[in-house]
Order: sequence, then structure tokens, then C-alpha cells
Amino acid sequence: MSQQTGHYYVPAPSTYPIIGSTALLFMGFGAALTMNKMELGYGLLAIGFAILIYMCFRWFGTVAAESESGKYGLDVDKSFRWGMTWFIFSEVMFFAAFFGALFYMRVLSIPWLAEESQVLGQSFWGAYEGGWPTTGPGEHAAFTPMGAWGLPAINTLILLTSGVTVTYAHWALKEGRRDALKKWMLATVFLGALFLGLQGYEYVHAYNDLNLRLDTGAYGSTFFMLTGFHGFHVTLGTIMLLVIYFRCAAGHFTPERHFGFEGVAWYWHFVDVVWLGLFIFVYLM
Amino acid sequence: MRNKSVATLAGVTALALYSSMAVGSKYNFQEPQSVIAQDIYDQHMMLLWICLAIFIAVFGVMFYSILKHRKSVGHKAANFHHSTTAEVIWTIIPCLILIVMAWPATKTVIAMKDTSSPDMTIKATGYQWMWGYDYLQGEGEGISFYSKLSTPRAQLENKEPKGEHYLLEVDNHVVVPVGKKVRMILTANDVIHAWWVPALGVKQDAIPGFIRDSWFTADTPGIYRGQCAELCGKDHGYMPIVVEVLDEEAYSEWAAEKLASMKKDSVNLASVATDVASDAEAVEAAEKDSDNN
Amino acid sequence: MAAVHGDVHGHGHDDHHPTGIMRWVTTTNHKDIGTMYLWFSLAMFFTGGFLAMGIRAELFQPGIQILEPELFNSFTTLHGLIMVFGAIMPAFVGFANWQIPMMVGAPDMAFARMNNWSFWLLIPAALLLISSFFVPGGAAAGGWTFYPPLSTQGGLGVDMMLFAVHILGASSIMGSINIITTVLNMRAPGMTLMKMPLFVWTWLITAYLLVLAMPVLAGVVTMLITDRHFGTSFFNAAGGGDPVLFQHIFWFFGHPEVYIMILPAFGIVSEIIPTFSRKPLFGYSSMVYATASIAILSCIVWAHHMFTSGMPTVGQLFFMYATMLIAVPTGVKVFNWTATMWKGEMTFETPMLFAIGFIFLFVIGGFSGVICAIVPIDIQVQDTYYVIAHFHYVLVSGALFALFGGAYYWLPKWTGHMYDETLGKWHFWLSMIFFNMAFFVQHFLGLAGMPRRIPDYALQFADFNMISSLGAFGFGLTQLLFVYIVIKCIRSKEPAPEKPWDGAKTLEWTHLPTPAPYHSFETPPVVK
Ligand code: HEA
Ligand code: HEA
Ligand code: CUA
Ligand SMILES: [Cu+2]
Repeated sequence: MSQQTGHYYVPAPSTYPIIGSTALLFMGFGAALTMNKMELGYGLLAIGFAILIYMCFRWFGTVAAESESGKYGLDVDKSFRWGMTWFIFSEVMFFAAFFGALFYMRVLSIPWLAEESQVLGQSFWGAYEGGWPTTGPGEHAAFTPMGAWGLPAINTLILLTSGVTVTYAHWALKEGRRDALKKWMLATVFLGALFLGLQGYEYVHAYNDLNLRLDTGAYGSTFFMLTGFHGFHVTLGTIMLLVIYFRCAAGHFTPERHFGFEGVAWYWHFVDVVWLGLFIFVYLM
Repeated sequence: MRNKSVATLAGVTALALYSSMAVGSKYNFQEPQSVIAQDIYDQHMMLLWICLAIFIAVFGVMFYSILKHRKSVGHKAANFHHSTTAEVIWTIIPCLILIVMAWPATKTVIAMKDTSSPDMTIKATGYQWMWGYDYLQGEGEGISFYSKLSTPRAQLENKEPKGEHYLLEVDNHVVVPVGKKVRMILTANDVIHAWWVPALGVKQDAIPGFIRDSWFTADTPGIYRGQCAELCGKDHGYMPIVVEVLDEEAYSEWAAEKLASMKKDSVNLASVATDVASDAEAVEAAEKDSDNN
Repeated sequence: MAAVHGDVHGHGHDDHHPTGIMRWVTTTNHKDIGTMYLWFSLAMFFTGGFLAMGIRAELFQPGIQILEPELFNSFTTLHGLIMVFGAIMPAFVGFANWQIPMMVGAPDMAFARMNNWSFWLLIPAALLLISSFFVPGGAAAGGWTFYPPLSTQGGLGVDMMLFAVHILGASSIMGSINIITTVLNMRAPGMTLMKMPLFVWTWLITAYLLVLAMPVLAGVVTMLITDRHFGTSFFNAAGGGDPVLFQHIFWFFGHPEVYIMILPAFGIVSEIIPTFSRKPLFGYSSMVYATASIAILSCIVWAHHMFTSGMPTVGQLFFMYATMLIAVPTGVKVFNWTATMWKGEMTFETPMLFAIGFIFLFVIGGFSGVICAIVPIDIQVQDTYYVIAHFHYVLVSGALFALFGGAYYWLPKWTGHMYDETLGKWHFWLSMIFFNMAFFVQHFLGLAGMPRRIPDYALQFADFNMISSLGAFGFGLTQLLFVYIVIKCIRSKEPAPEKPWDGAKTLEWTHLPTPAPYHSFETPPVVK
């Protein structure tokens, strides 16, 4: 608190937010139309995405520039820390909803469906036996569940390693070893990309060989939605890491002040932890 | 002094008004026709009185203060802002009141949930927008029919005067014997519906793909009306439930007759298993069924 | 409460910002953004109110009058969604934007640009919601709770509603992160947590609830979208899912959501009551703890909305007990307000009237809530007009009345002009009378067995429905008076007194001129 100037940086009026809202306007209508098979939707969606990406470039570019020009005092830095913490908390709650759905089905609804036939022989579902993995009692083609000890185990190692490399990068940054910083950052980005590649391969394998799809009942739904959203977060994280890499390469950050780096590292660790949850509850159990 | 008597008078009037409202069934639950419904009725009355008492106590104090401690009568502000004793008291007393409320409720919940050893079992299936009934066990086993709103469209559209049971009448009543424990099994074919007969104290959602149950024992013969109580689409307001309670003999007669007429029926709907797959077929059949009756 | 040195920062500052419409589009100023939130919510209140008038007109008499059943359901659905997400929540965020920086002595919100985005995200969402009425298939008609499988049916309108909810959720999450950060990081030196005005406390806790609950809503909306379009089976028994699963996740969000709409109202009332009683708030710290307990309890009571869905007995009992417990901390608040008024030196300007009206009617709504919480009774009243009466007592005469009270309380600070006291009193008394006329009788309708979400009803419900509709029309018209008062206040030539409320003790009254300057507290005050 002591070095505080007392002047908190309040950015000047900005057009980025309205650009972002326009993007979401297009994307909202676009997505709704697309999902109802209306041609117009694809165009709107594409425009929306384009605007959103443009906005991200400009907005984050400005933030990086403001940061580098020393506009952010220590109190702004602290705000960013609080902000990122609560953002990650909100992400945790988002995943919690999906984990909740998984537990509910496995522990409650599937056993209920299986027990139903004992209610006076009354059931919609004949002799459904429940258990996990399952497609549920309706008509679904047979499938093979995803094993844990092949690619998923390797992916676990990859992500855990990437957590280590990003920490090495952090140490390097704090000790002013810029070359090591860049190397470790690149390694982390590479591991993230590798994870994504393997995950993509696993999906192809699931669809082609295991007959495991998004619409494969309870198992397919939870498997793809949980791993899919995780994969989406890894994608974002990898892009963010890449951006930080370029900022490092451009000489951004000092050993004392580098919240941009830390925020992304936190995010990366969060993604890591979610994966551990997935590995245990989706793949292993 | 004058203010106090005014406050008392107002309190008593409010009380009298409130209790007079509570007696007429228009202002309160329908007259209970089963043990559970009676329990619910009594507990609601008890809660109403407790809440009213708390209300009068709290706002008695507040309005006393509003009348007496106002600037315009020259009251000067005190400056206290804390009293641990007071705060402990008004934390503990509500807890005790809540226990008084929860105790009978707990007993009723346990009783409500006890669907074991029924005298007969009926399955009700919700459709958009009518009910299907299958008598699964007990006297009348095998009876099966659909039950739809029978109020003519013209009445809905204000082209005809509305009848006495406007929107609460169906083509086929659910008929049950008096004094017998009837277990209702609920399910639905498309979306969630809810089977509700206020006088019998039963409301249970009917959930597609799942089976839920509930029970009632009707105390007196009569016709009890209820409605679907879960938004189920366009005609959610138009799928009433009518339960007709008969004395035992009359029920036996009805059941025998119904079974005989069903045997004659060319469209045999006695099969118990619900055909999830052929929704359209079911509706069609139901239409025929109701024509035949 | 707190003494301050340091300069009272003020006018002479140059506010280099764009003018005209671009000022509002690009602004990073918390007051501008707060103003936009407030106007937006007023517009949405009228939109939602218009739909409510449609509902009440249809229910004026038995028989189908003006709305076909499907359209009626859309009206109900969008009325609920627009009022909750469009009117009440943004109104409180508007208050937060205006007041929190001023009350904690901060120059602005922590993330001023993101703050602007939080607001402007509301516009696409509102457009999605409102235009869904005009697409093929019509607007969503499955209730504001959009339970599947009913909401799996519907068409384009349902998807537009779902995406709107997504965007609103994003806006809320950003807004609440901003509020939490501002409160935690930007308080003036000396403004310890336990010195913060209660309004700030309640918003801090509300923001925490928002960050907790909104992502869960996003999750369940996502599952519904994939169930609708991509063949997943979260809510489909044939695939091992369960329609009731939706209800659990939805209400895990939905119940905290209702406290999100009441805690800031508690905050506003806790500012008004001491001011007009000219006496410090009684039991400040127990107020803070009570708010926190309500927030914590609110996360474990969600299934009280599902007592008829057929939960196991222990589940029903657990959720019944947990729900009833909320009466205790809420009671503490009511008692503390009463004790604050006790031996005060009260005057009854419009804000105070609305605050007292709030307590009086909110407690009625709270009691009907407790009655709903008793499982056996809820079996009878679930999905009836009793519940409608319950939550309009807590939402309209609760949240909305507190908002009116807060608006009158802070209008002089915001605009620099005084509102018309006489008209304000008229607004209060007319609202009070018509509100009760509209909603008190709905208790009886519910008890006597009228289900909710129906366009037409049996004959025995006719007279109460007519009373209710008349009351609702009266209430709606009365709100036009509010708009008139606000506009008159803004347009007024006469400056408001520097400190119109002699009992006010918070920073915005003690350390800022009236009207508050565009930039306040650029140099933080020091609070002792
Ligand atoms: C601002 C919003 C708000 C608030 C504050 C509340 C507050 C409460 N609500 Fe309400 N509720 C809603 C909004 C709200 N509710 C909405 C929108 C719905 C319907 C959703 C839908 O289905 O569409 C709903 C529905 C709802 C239901 C489901 C009904 C049903 O569908 O069947 C239940 C059941 O338990 C319930 C209970 C409660 C309780 C116990 C409280 C408690 O917090 C109340 C506590 C307050 C008091 C009790 C008064 C003050 C206390 C004292 C003076 C102390 C002494 C008192 C005692 C000892 C009793 N609410
Ligand atoms: C969050 C806040 C909120 C608010 C403020 C309101 C405000 C009002 N609500 Fe609200 N209501 C809900 C939340 C809210 N409601 C929810 C969540 C539901 C459940 C939805 C569901 O079941 O899914 C619901 C459902 C609901 C129903 C039940 C519908 C049904 O089950 O079918 C009814 C019926 O009377 C109703 C009436 C009203 C009325 C008359 C007002 C009035 O207070 C509104 C007053 C305001 C105005 C009228 C606008 C201002 C004036 C004008 C526009 C001028 C023109 C005036 C005239 C022409 C007279 N509401
Ligand atoms: Cu069936 Cu509502
Ligand atoms: Cu609730």
C-alpha cells in the first residue's frame, strides 16, 4: 500500500465494448438461426466471430500497451489479481454444473431408471439394467467406452508437465533470465498444442472406431461435453500462452511486474486441475 | 394512551377479518376429504395464526415507534445501536417457532410418502393434453381409459354461456371406492405434467420416462376436481382431473360394467404397457375410445 | 460514522470525454454507466409490465379474451424473464455503479472499460428476447424456468431466449467481478470492511452469489441447447438423463438468484431507515452476518421449488428445514430495522415511506415463503397463484419498492435537483393500495386451487381475478407517475440542497457536493 500514488488509472472512453456487443449481437442471432437450420445464420455467426476476434486483438493490444507504458499502478495490479481470481472461480462453477450432471446421472437417475421395472412391473424401459458406462435405457447403438490408460494417461502427463514448464518460465522471468523464459514458454505452448492434437485424435478414434458419439446417451453426453469444454479452455489457454510468449519475446514484463504472465499461468493451472477431475471421474471411474 | 387503543382496535379488526376469511372455503383450501388433506389444512391454519401473531407483534412495535418516535411530535433521537441480549433473544425465539412448525410437518411428510400396501393401484399418464388411466391392481384391475376436457369449445370462446363446471369437467371420471387406500402411479408420455386433486391432498409431477407415486384415501363419496399443475404447453389449462368417489357397492358395479364394456371394445387398450413410441397412435386410439363411451 | 480529511475533490476538473451519443456508447465513467443501467431497467420494467398487463387483461374474465393460450404462455414466460433479468437485476447494478465508488471513496469502478461492456451486452440480449416474439413459432412459452422436455419442444424463439440468457449471464458475471474487485481493492484508506455502508456489504455478498450462480445457469442452458440440437441426453430419460436434473441445476442457480434480487434491496433499506430515523443502524455487524448467512443458506435450499417432483423423503425434509432456517437471519434484519426506528426522530419523506412499505409487505411475502417451505402445504400450493402472490410480495413490494425508495433517496445526489415530494407521496400510496389489491387476493386464488400459467380458469375464481386485474392496471398506471416525477426532477431548474437528508452519514453525502461531480474521489478521502 505504501507506494500507492493514490491515482488509480481509469481508462479513457473506448469503443471496444460496443464493438464486442455488436459481435455478440451477430453471434446470438447467428447461433439461434444456425441451430434452426436457417441459412442466414451462418453468415451472421461468421461476421460476429470476425468482429469478436478483431475486438480481442485491439482490446488486449491496448491493455498490453497501457501496461508497458507504466499506466498501471500497484493497485491496478491488485485489481487484476482479484478479477482473475473471481473469473476463475466462475469457471469452476461452470464446470461444477457439468460434473454435477455427471454425478447425478451416475448416482441417481440411472439407478432409478434401472429400478423402475420393480415398481409393479411398470416401466417404460423393459429390463434395463443400468450401470456405467451406459447409453441409457432407450435405443442406442452399442459403443466402447474410452479407456483411461492410453491417450488420456499420456495427456495427463502432458498437462502436468506443462504446469511444471510454465512454472519454470515464471522462475526464469523473476530471475531475469529472458532466454530461459522464452524457451519454457514455447515448451508450454507446445505441450498445450500437443494435448489438443491428441485430444482431437481421441475424438476421431471415438467416432470412427468406438462408435462413441455426442448422442451416445448419458455416457456420450457427459464424456464429450466435459472433455469438450475442457478442450475449449485448453485452446483458449494455449492461445493466451502464445500471446504471452510473443509479449515476452517483445521484451514485455519485468521481474517485479508481470501480472499478464501470472494471470495466464493461473488459468493454465486451473485448466490442469479440471483435467485431473476429468481424468478421475470421466476416464477412470 | 389513545394511540394504544387505536392500535389494539386495528389489530383486533385485522384479526377478525383475517379469521373470517379463513373460514369460507373461497378464501382457503378446499374442504379436505382425506386424512392428509385434513393435516395440510390444519397445519396451514396453524401457520397462519403463528405468522399473524408474529406480524402483529413486530408491526405493533414498529407502528408504535412510528407514531411516537417521530420528529413532528418532538421526539429526540436516542443513540443506542447495539444490544447483544436483544439480538440473541430474537435469534433464538424464531428458531423455537420454526421447530414448532416443522414438527407436525415432518410427521405428515413421512405419512404422505408411505405408499406401501395399497388396496388398489392406478397409473395415470400425462399426455399433451389429457390423462390416461390404467387400473393396475385391486378391484377393477385391467380397466383403462383416457380422460379429456369435456367443456365445449364454444364456451371457451365465449359463444355459449359457461356451465357450472367450466374447465373442470371431463369425459371419463377416475372412479375409486371410498375408504380404500389408492396408490397413484404417475408418469408422462411427452412433457412433465402434474396430477393434482386439492380435496384429496395429492399433487405429484408426472415425469416422462420415470415413475413416481403418491396415495390417498377418500373419506366421503363425491366428485372432486383438480387440474394439471405443471406447465405442459398450449393446453396446460385444459387438462383437468375429476375423481369420483363411490361407496364400495357402487364402485364394484361400475368396475364390472367398465370391464365388460372394455372387453366388447374393438380397440383394446387394456394392455398396460404404455406405448412411448407411438404417441400419435395413442392419441388416435384415445379419440376413438372417448367416442365409444 | 467516519471522519475524513483531504480535499473534497470537485468541479474544476476537465472531463475530456466525447459528447453526444458517443459519450454514452464509449463511456468508462461509473456514473454514466449507472445512469444507462437505470434507464435500461426502467424501459425493461415497462416492457415486462406491458406483458403483465396483457396477462391481467386476459385473466380479467373467464374465457379466452385477447391472447391465445400459446401467446399467453409466451407473455408469462417473457414477463418473468424480462422482469428478473432486464428490470430488477440491472436496476440494482445501476445503483451499484452509481453508489459503490462514492460510498467507499473510490475514483471509479476497478475495471472501467469492462464495466461499459457489461452494460452494452444487455442490449443484444434484450433485442434477442423481444424480437423472439416476432419469429416463426413465436417466443419461448415454457415459463421463465424453461423446464425440459417442454422447452426442448419450441423453435427458434426458445433458442433466442437461451442465447439471450447466456449473454445476460456474461454481463452479470463481469459486472459482479467488477463490483467485488472495487469493494475489496479500492476502498479509501481507513474504510475497513466493517466500516463500509451496508449497501456496499450487501452488494459484495450479492456479487459473490452472482459469480457462484450465473455460471451454473450458463451450464444448464448449454446442456439444454445441446439436448435440443446436438443429441445429448442430459434431460432425456431414454439416454439415462432426467428432466428433474434440469430442475436441480436450474434452481441451484435460481434460488440464489432470488436473493440476488433481495439482498441489495436490504442494503438500500438499511441506508434509508437510519437516515430518516436520525439514529445509527442498530446491530450493524449482525446485519452483515445475517446477510452472509442468508447467502450461504441460499445455496442449500434450491429443491424447495421441487417438492412435487417426487424427491425421496429425506431430501424433502432436508430442503424443508434448510429453507425454514432462512427465516432466522431475515428476521434478524427485520428486527434490527425496527430497533433502528425505535426511539428515533423519524420523518416520513418518500424514501422512508417506501422503506417502511418494503418491510411491511416483504414480511408478508416472507411469511408466505415459509408457508411454501412446509412440504405438506407446498404440495397444495405449488404451481398455484399462492406462489405467484408470494413472490410478487417479495419482488414487487420487496425489490421494486426498495428500488423506488433508493431512487428517491439518491435522486438529489444524482441530478442535483429535488423530486416533487407531494407527487412522490402519491406514488407511494397509490402503489401501496393498488399493489395489495392486485396481489393480496392471489393468495386466496391459490389456496382455493387456481393453478398458475393458465390463460383461463374455472368460474369460482372469477371475482378475485377481476379485482386482481383492476389492481394491476391501477398499479401499472401509477408507475407512469414515477416516470413523470423522475423527468420533472431532472428537468427542474431549482438546485437541491447540498444535503437534503440531515441524517445521512455516508461518504457521498458528507464528502461530495450535490450533484456529485463527474469524477469523484480521484484523490481518496481518508476515513478515520
Ligand atoms: C426476492 C425474491 C424472493 C425472496 C426474498 C424469497 C424468499 C423466500 N422464499 Fe421464495 N420465491 C421467489 C422469490 C423469493 N423468495 C420466487 C421468484 C419464487 C417462484 C419461482 C417460480 O416458480 O417461478 C419463489 C418460490 C418459493 C418457493 C417454492 C414455491 C413453489 O413453487 O411451490 C418456496 C418454498 O419453500 C419459497 C420459500 C421462500 C422462503 C422461505 C423465503 C424466505 O427467505 C423468507 C424469509 C422472510 C421471513 C420469514 C419474514 C421475516 C422474518 C421474521 C419476521 C422472523 C420471524 C419469522 C418466523 C419465525 C417465521 N419461495
Ligand atoms: C421480478 C420482478 C417482477 C415484477 C416487477 C413483476 C411485476 C408484475 N407481475 Fe409478475 N412475474 C414475475 C416477476 C415479476 N413480476 C415472474 C418471475 C413470474 C413467473 C413467470 C412464469 O411463470 O414463468 C411472474 C408472473 C406473473 C403472473 C402469473 C402469470 C401466469 O402464471 O400465467 C402475473 C399475473 O397476474 C403477474 C403479474 C404482474 C403484475 C401485474 C406486475 C406489475 O407489478 C407490473 C407493473 C408495471 C407496469 C404495468 C408497467 C408500467 C406501466 C405501463 C406500461 C403503462 C401502461 C399501463 C396500463 C395499460 C395499465 N406476474
Ligand atoms: Cu398437463 Cu399441464
Ligand atoms: Cu427458492
